[in-house]
Amino acid sequence: MADTATEVATEPHTGPVEFDVTEEQQELRAAVRRFCAEQSDGPAVRRHMESEHGHDPAVWARLGRELGVLGLAVPEELGGAGAGLVEQSIVVEELGAALLCGPVLGTIGLALPALVASSAGPLRDELVPSLVDGSRTAALAAPERAGLFDPHAITVGAVHAGDGWELTGVVPQVVDAAGADLLLVAASGPEGIALFAVPGAAEQVQTEPLTTLDLTRRQATVRMREAPARLLAGADEIDAVLGHAFYTASALLAAEQVGGAQHMLDVTVAYAKERLQFGRPIGSFQAVKHRLADMLVLVEHARSTAQHAAWALQTGSDDPFLATSIAQATCSEAYYRVAADAVQLHGGIGFTWEHEAHLYFKRAVTDAALLGGAEIHRDRIAAAVLDHVRATPGVPPVADGRA
Amino acid sequence: MSTATDAARVEEVAGRVVADHDPRRLPVQEFLGACFDAGLSWVHFPDGLGGLGVSRGLQASADAVLQSAGGPVPFRLNPIGYGMAAPTISEHARSPELARSWLRPLATTEELWCQLFSEPGAGSDLAGLATSAVRDGDTWVVNGQKVWTSLAHRARWALLLARTDPDQPKHKGLTYFVLDMEAAGVRTRPLRQMTGQAEFNEVFLEDARIPDEHRLGAVGDGWRVAMTTLMNERSAIGAGGAERGSGTIADALALWADRPHRRTPVLRDRLAALWTRSEAQRLTSARARRGVASAGSPGPEGSVAKLVSAELNQDVYEFCMDLLGPESTLYSSYEVRRDGREADWRGAVQQRFLRSRANTIEGGTSEVLRNILGERVLGLPGDLRADAGKAWKEVPRG
Repeated sequence: MADTATEVATEPHTGPVEFDVTEEQQELRAAVRRFCAEQSDGPAVRRHMESEHGHDPAVWARLGRELGVLGLAVPEELGGAGAGLVEQSIVVEELGAALLCGPVLGTIGLALPALVASSAGPLRDELVPSLVDGSRTAALAAPERAGLFDPHAITVGAVHAGDGWELTGVVPQVVDAAGADLLLVAASGPEGIALFAVPGAAEQVQTEPLTTLDLTRRQATVRMREAPARLLAGADEIDAVLGHAFYTASALLAAEQVGGAQHMLDVTVAYAKERLQFGRPIGSFQAVKHRLADMLVLVEHARSTAQHAAWALQTGSDDPFLATSIAQATCSEAYYRVAADAVQLHGGIGFTWEHEAHLYFKRAVTDAALLGGAEIHRDRIAAAVLDHVRATPGVPPVADGRA
Repeated sequence: MSTATDAARVEEVAGRVVADHDPRRLPVQEFLGACFDAGLSWVHFPDGLGGLGVSRGLQASADAVLQSAGGPVPFRLNPIGYGMAAPTISEHARSPELARSWLRPLATTEELWCQLFSEPGAGSDLAGLATSAVRDGDTWVVNGQKVWTSLAHRARWALLLARTDPDQPKHKGLTYFVLDMEAAGVRTRPLRQMTGQAEFNEVFLEDARIPDEHRLGAVGDGWRVAMTTLMNERSAIGAGGAERGSGTIADALALWADRPHRRTPVLRDRLAALWTRSEAQRLTSARARRGVASAGSPGPEGSVAKLVSAELNQDVYEFCMDLLGPESTLYSSYEVRRDGREADWRGAVQQRFLRSRANTIEGGTSEVLRNILGERVLGLPGDLRADAGKAWKEVPRG
């Protein structure tokens, strides 16, 4: 304990340092975990995932209104908590650990950051508060490749109509679009590509729910035919707006992957302690123990990179392109492998519909594919770190066979 | 006494030492002697034993002042001495006079130390070691063989773990000694490794005598003393953070930059994966350091470091060999050097590659480390032990 006091005394303290965990953050985590245990336990997750829109709007509203944890990275002047992305990622991690059904990626991950990054105006002021308090939900219908906005894949056109705009086109596989009150849609108009706000309930909008591998995270095809739209971000700012949205979503998705992986590790460790075969707990066998140790390493690495991504985006301390790719490359692989190993180590019961392992496994598969898989993010890393690297004096000696 | 006062005192003492003894001009041993006399070698040790009796956390403040003035990193000059011997001596030596007579020349690096723990028959199962120490009046007579001893050929003193009671279960029959490496019956032989070099030694003990005064801790309490040694080991956790792209991965990146004609898409993906894993481990170490700073103790992330860095080193050098292609089949020299530069990680890439095979064996095999992660971090039950509760001499060995 004396050492701890010394650290504080000798270190010039100028605000929080990366990887510090504050008391407030611990309380936040505990509160969300408690909420999930009450509102989103195993039976509730199954009930919600089999419901029409794949989640319970009442639970989502309580997350916003009672806990106030949907807009932690949203500035206070917009109705958010103004805490930061680090805090928001703690929440998303816990929601991922509980596999809570709701528009986490669509609303917290993508739509709110896009709105926050858009220029100020009455439209933004109107849309943000109801998403923060959970009374409404949103989805982002913008093409993306490897977690980056892809303007070449736009499939929606925009035309002037009176004071506003009308959008026409089809966007496939929009996460959290079914039942969303608000759709943010990237469309190509006379002045270039822009981002529009479209009411999800408009009769010119059809959201066609898709059967998804992961039933806890729904997708829909969005069809618009002269759908009424209001301009949110013009051609001059859409790159910045969607850049911010996709970087933020990548960091939050990484946090969710950490939460899911940690949960799978925890339940598998617990099972390995109680499951008896050959008269011993299976966790005493090194074949099982060592696989669990490897899962622990994956989770610890994932946690470090996910926290770093959130911190980097919040503080500007690191290149967001690299920080999010490091997190996505690491966390996508970690969650998938941990979930797959969890199924394996549970044996037969892990393959049943009744056990929760398959739900996490499917989420892991889906999360790995969303916003770019590990290979694509490694490719991005290679482009940033390897492709333009020049020969430096630090080349280690290479033996040439001549002593 | 408040820690703020202590901090100011440590910095003041360090400032005075570098003012009176310019490390850039003085011989290293003289400067380190001044540090010892001022109590800056291990600030948490008592006065007169190279310390000031203040919190251990303040060592970093002292080191910062001493090293920024050009002072050496003494740990590198006498690693076993500074990291393992000194804490054990200060805690367990029979008298302060004796402790001081060991610690000052240890601190100045005039006397190097080595560690005689591992044996040909006791690697992962260290507590099963067979070297015996038999009492003969005021001395102990030691017989056995130790192995993988770095610096044994240059060390004046050794930390020795020996069996004093073969009728007890393995952990209970051990006693801890300080052995004079110049004593009769101590023979050191270089141990040649697959790289061709001999970083380590075998040490043969044939009726070597140790005065009872040089025993550390009680007879039969050697395992506990050894554990305090290992717990006190100056770990990397206190050190500053590494830069992105530094360490072993830097070798791979530099080679990649230097050999554009050898690049392929598959190698590119492999290197990107290695770079990402290095980065994840770098961040995990940074997180572990903050955990120690704020929670006072390392979390699981600290235990992960050794396992990951060992396997990462191997994977990085495997990559380097694949990148080199035909060149990888050449070598520098298998001639044994004993000139102090035999450390293989500074040799050619091919030699570093061979050396990396030891990384998952030395300092705890990866298998043992996975057991530790599983049992101590995840709380999984231990494996069945065939030797549990048995007298050491009854346990089959081989």
